[in-house]
Amino acid sequence: MKNYYVQRVLYALFTLYIVITVTFFMMHAIPGGPFTRERHLPPEIEAILNEKYHLDDPLFKQYIDYLGGVVTFDLGPSFKELGLTVNDLIREGFPSSMNVGLVSVIMIIAIGVPLGIISALKQNKFIDHAAMFLATLGVTIPSFVIATLFITLIAANFTFIPISWVNDPQNVGDAIFRYIGPVIALSGYSLSFVSRLTRSSMLEVLRQDYIRTARANGLSERRVIFKHALKNALIPVVTYVGPMAAAILTGSFVVERIFVIPGIGRYFVESVSNRDYTVIIGMTIFYAALYIVMVLLVDVAYAFIDPRIRLGKKMGD
Amino acid sequence: MKTLLEINNLHTSFFTHLGEVQAVRGIDFVLEEGDILGIVGESGSGKSVTSLSIMGLVDDPGRITEGSIVFEGVDLTKLTNEQLAEYRGNDISMIFQDPMTSINPVYSIGNQLMEVILRHTKMTKEEAKERAIELLKMVGIPEPEVRLKNYPHQFSGGMRQRAMIAMAISCNPKLLIADEPTTALDVTIQAQILELMRSLKDKINTTIILITHDLGVIAEVCNKVIVMYGGMIMERSNIESLYDNPQHPYTRGLLQSVPKNVTGKKNRLIPIEGSPPDLLSPPPGCPFSPRCPHAMEICLKEAAPLFKISDTQFASCWLHHVDAPEVEGYVKVAGDENE
Repeated sequence: MKNYYVQRVLYALFTLYIVITVTFFMMHAIPGGPFTRERHLPPEIEAILNEKYHLDDPLFKQYIDYLGGVVTFDLGPSFKELGLTVNDLIREGFPSSMNVGLVSVIMIIAIGVPLGIISALKQNKFIDHAAMFLATLGVTIPSFVIATLFITLIAANFTFIPISWVNDPQNVGDAIFRYIGPVIALSGYSLSFVSRLTRSSMLEVLRQDYIRTARANGLSERRVIFKHALKNALIPVVTYVGPMAAAILTGSFVVERIFVIPGIGRYFVESVSNRDYTVIIGMTIFYAALYIVMVLLVDVAYAFIDPRIRLGKKMGD
Repeated sequence: MKTLLEINNLHTSFFTHLGEVQAVRGIDFVLEEGDILGIVGESGSGKSVTSLSIMGLVDDPGRITEGSIVFEGVDLTKLTNEQLAEYRGNDISMIFQDPMTSINPVYSIGNQLMEVILRHTKMTKEEAKERAIELLKMVGIPEPEVRLKNYPHQFSGGMRQRAMIAMAISCNPKLLIADEPTTALDVTIQAQILELMRSLKDKINTTIILITHDLGVIAEVCNKVIVMYGGMIMERSNIESLYDNPQHPYTRGLLQSVPKNVTGKKNRLIPIEGSPPDLLSPPPGCPFSPRCPHAMEICLKEAAPLFKISDTQFASCWLHHVDAPEVEGYVKVAGDENE
């Protein structure tokens, strides 16, 4: 068992290395660089800048140097954000993104899963249709529409709800209510998806023979559903929730822009158009690492839920 | 002998968007303590729905529309689902066809076995565990202490069916319903499972309903037989009369289509031509009449009552009526079951 996890961590590190390499070379393959402007800089100045940031070194040397930095957890300086390193950007931006993201993930699971269960149990009844109608809206309406609607319809009319993110909340109300808009916008899609997924998976499981066996054994309906059906129904949901959590925790460009949240979501987009090499690759590594950790967590969760997976790895049969 | 179960005029239908599918259309039988009743019939004849009706496990959109199921004096059709749950797994239990899918894959065998015991008895966890080990031993699972902790995927098909049987007999049921318990298993395992069921019957003194489409299995295990077709009983008999002197054309057809190689001669199997009736709009008469070699006018119009051939044999066929033409092998009798 221990070996299995050691092996998984080694695989994860190898994956990260591949991600770094591919991103690094693809990034440099794109024409232009961090100091390319519409109005060209004087060649001398550009040469000095390139020398300062070692952009004049051979590509392979840059690559090795960068890898050396990554090993010591130094993601290098940003080319565009004055005086800041990539580590600084993450350190300053990530907590806000993570706070909003974490609340969103909790909401997605705490609301999406029960909603799916209720819908499945009341299949084709009013509550099922209502929930699935909302879920369809949630999947189809883009987050920026939800965010804008929230601001104009709700935040504008209820003064206790801040219109944008409050950085240093002075009272408890702001500290709590500032989350409402971003969380709704950020979780709308995934919440809907999770509830639909839970519903269909639950319906599938309820048709299984072992559910009939549980009933034939005289178990109460509650026990049949919450013990025998739910655990099986959650397997596909867990698969989805892991990678989803990684994506949500690293923030959303759109949502953070609309609610003025100082998160890291915007760097994912801006760094690319800026050709801010170190930020692009730093963000990619950060996201990839988080993603890999989440997938690893999903695997661990699987082992708890499904004995076939746990023992399959250990016994090899 | 004491009557354990009495089914009167049971009708069970499924209300689909195409209309009402009448899976069971008025069946009656009595089960006495210690009986092993075989219910035989081809797919769609209503045998499984009958057993699920007894368990109160007919799934939506199906329900019992008419009739009564009286178990030890209590009409089960009048009970709520909660009240029925007290019977299920306790006084009446059931073994299903496919052991591969009938046990929950994410809980250990012991967990599921102990769950049933704890549900219906006042045992402590420790006692339930002891009982579970004892049960696994009883159904012939080696190293029960170890196997208890195993998950279903670590069991072979035969072992799983043994575990299912252990679950079903855990609370010493008075009635055990086995719905094609051997169909999904290898032939060699089939014999073992049947042998196990027979030996358990004496050990725990239970009454058994065995549903199958295998007449060989019935001959080996049962003392009474019901032959079902199109949701109705065609023939009801004790075991000897059915094989020696079948009194319904459908029973004869079934017996002729069983492969036998007693003499070493090559015998062709005689199939029953045609296909079973559409239960969405069943024919008004005898459901077998479209395929019956002896069908008469009345057969198409009206289903025959169960004619009393002897004290232990009843057949639903007009050939037994005094006015029917003489057909070799079919006896004429004066009255039906109700007279």
